[in-house]
Amino acid sequence: MTEAVVHLYRGGPLLALVGNPNCGKTALFNLLTGSRQKVANYAGVTVERKEGKLTTPAGKALRVLDLPGTYSLHPRSPDERVTHDVLYGRAIGEKRPDLVVCVVDATNLRRSLRLLLAVKRLGLPCMVALNMVDLAQARGVTVDAEALARELGVPVVRTVGIEGGGDAALRATLDEAALWRRSSASAGTGGPAIQATGADHDAVRSILRRLGLDELIPHTLSDRIDRMVLHPVLGPLLLAAVLFLIFQAVFAWASAPMDAIKAATGWLGATVGAILPDGWLRSLVVDGVIAGAGGVVVFLPQIVILFFFILVLEESGYLPRAAFLLDRLMGGVGLSGRSFIPLLSSFACAIPGIMASRSIANPRDRLVTIMIAPLMTCSARLPVYALLIGAFIPRRNLWGVLELQGLVLFGLYAAGIAGGLAVAWILKRFTARGQVRTLMMELPTYHMPTLRNIGIGLWQRVAIFMKRVGGVILVLTILLWFLASFPVPPIGATGPAIEHSLAGILGRALAVVFEPIGFNWQISIALVPGMAAREVAVSALGTVYALSATGNDTALALAPLIAQDWSLATALSLLAWYVFAPQCLSTLATVKRETGGWTMPLIVAGYLFSLAYLASFVTYRVASALGAAG
Amino acid sequence: MGFHVLSLVTEPMSLADAAVGDVFVVSHVVAPSGAPQWAQQLEDIGFIAGERVAVMARGVPGGDPLVVRVGLSTFALRLAEAACVRLAPLKTETAQ
Repeated sequence: MTEAVVHLYRGGPLLALVGNPNCGKTALFNLLTGSRQKVANYAGVTVERKEGKLTTPAGKALRVLDLPGTYSLHPRSPDERVTHDVLYGRAIGEKRPDLVVCVVDATNLRRSLRLLLAVKRLGLPCMVALNMVDLAQARGVTVDAEALARELGVPVVRTVGIEGGGDAALRATLDEAALWRRSSASAGTGGPAIQATGADHDAVRSILRRLGLDELIPHTLSDRIDRMVLHPVLGPLLLAAVLFLIFQAVFAWASAPMDAIKAATGWLGATVGAILPDGWLRSLVVDGVIAGAGGVVVFLPQIVILFFFILVLEESGYLPRAAFLLDRLMGGVGLSGRSFIPLLSSFACAIPGIMASRSIANPRDRLVTIMIAPLMTCSARLPVYALLIGAFIPRRNLWGVLELQGLVLFGLYAAGIAGGLAVAWILKRFTARGQVRTLMMELPTYHMPTLRNIGIGLWQRVAIFMKRVGGVILVLTILLWFLASFPVPPIGATGPAIEHSLAGILGRALAVVFEPIGFNWQISIALVPGMAAREVAVSALGTVYALSATGNDTALALAPLIAQDWSLATALSLLAWYVFAPQCLSTLATVKRETGGWTMPLIVAGYLFSLAYLASFVTYRVASALGAAG
Repeated sequence: MGFHVLSLVTEPMSLADAAVGDVFVVSHVVAPSGAPQWAQQLEDIGFIAGERVAVMARGVPGGDPLVVRVGLSTFALRLAEAACVRLAPLKTETAQ
């Protein structure tokens, strides 16, 4: 499949930002382009492509491409491969840049300038943005930009990526016509850009020696923080506290806005329902579109809070440290610390988690992470868990301190994590034999996160989530609404309307399959619309039971109803099902998108269904044998 | 003692064996046969002959992975990766 290449902000000279990871390149990009950014993918690869628009003081319109950070022009990950290909003019559908702005970290000149020397040899017009000069100054390092420009033979401007106006000098320089001309010396050189890294290193050191910058001045504050954060005892404790805080925030802080969104959706549905005439159109708009969109939007508060924390941790430099602390643990099941962030995100929703797996360079690790991400208990399972636990698990204190309901909820989370680790461990046995995995992960100096970068990052992630997920869920919800509403029951028919629909017929057929694990036909029917989004199963159960009941019984809450109708064994079996089942089609759609084919989504769906069926079967049989089937 | 010095020359100490806090310089990088690309990758991130290195911290349990300072950068490396980086004593830097 070939993806159409979209050229965003068509026309205008192309400026590419190149630099080491953590050199403040993206902050500078944000400053240069503000909110005028488009986030997409490079053709054929799942590497994020960020392009923005910049107008110079003289009114010249430029396209700015934020290339993935790299240490050298020897690519070692798909991200670095993109930077390499674009700079060589080999990337599919990408124009070779007209100007390369090398973002150089003033606090780590040695490494940054090595990359610059390699980029300079490419023969493209080139200049240096000497970034983070404020931080360097604070450490007592003052870089003479003019002297550096003389040494390097390219223009050098000082920038502060995190400060408004910190890009003024760069903007002004972009208007100089000479900048955009290839110097005759380097024009069209066919010579290798790659030279021995050692030779570049020596060249950089002699430049720095001449500028009096050869002294190594480490960031002592970072080192002091690291003595705590990486401490064998304090480090893991701090990490546990951070994770606890995030969980607490995602679930506690989000509940008020979520309730508000639910109320607003309900109000909108009722208002629109009152205007529209009774009939299929009202049902489509109210039950399909409004309920469907509401089902997506309701998760927004959790996702915003989760991403906020992840962005703060990422910006500050803590995340790679967390990955370091967990590397050993993850290594036991054949993954690396890098899988930690995607899996953490999956507790809010597997979709951003699977999207976050892009940062994993090793293809095997990335696929395994994608496969087990759906096993992390996402927030969409919570309504189902809450309903079943509330209905079947008595409120009781255990040993005076623990609450039984809470313990069961914790157990469900633990079961998901254990399941994921077990799957990864089994996959390690089969697919990781003889694999050498690299870690080589940078722990950048700590930075105070800036509101601006957090804001832009949050907005981009939320937009991606809403576009990709919202679209899929809405379409599926409408489709499932159709399945649940047509054909309409014949006149004079008794029983709930859904029984006569396609979903009802499907549910009854599924009931045969699900009977051995204790599911009745009502549950089987509810599982069908539950494919759109897990929590929809709750409202679907409501529909089935509300419509099954007659007269004013619809007002009854669902919980006592099912508590009466189902056995404890059935409820436990359904809980076990929800721990493992690939209940949400949007996740599978994301897996397909990220892996570029149907193989992985089919494998994921197949293994999760098998696992869920097995878990439910065992749970149901064991619970029944213990006398919970009554 | 002469024998001991000789063994140091032929079998230089690697970063995997360095004690936390001790400063060395990189002598050279040797990649294992299973991962020949490591030599280039380690050079790219700064493990270049003559550059100062020190182990900053070690993971628990087992001391793997480790946190390494090279030049001004800090990297987390697995033991196997750190073992590729051969060290020389700090004083040879000035002798060069």
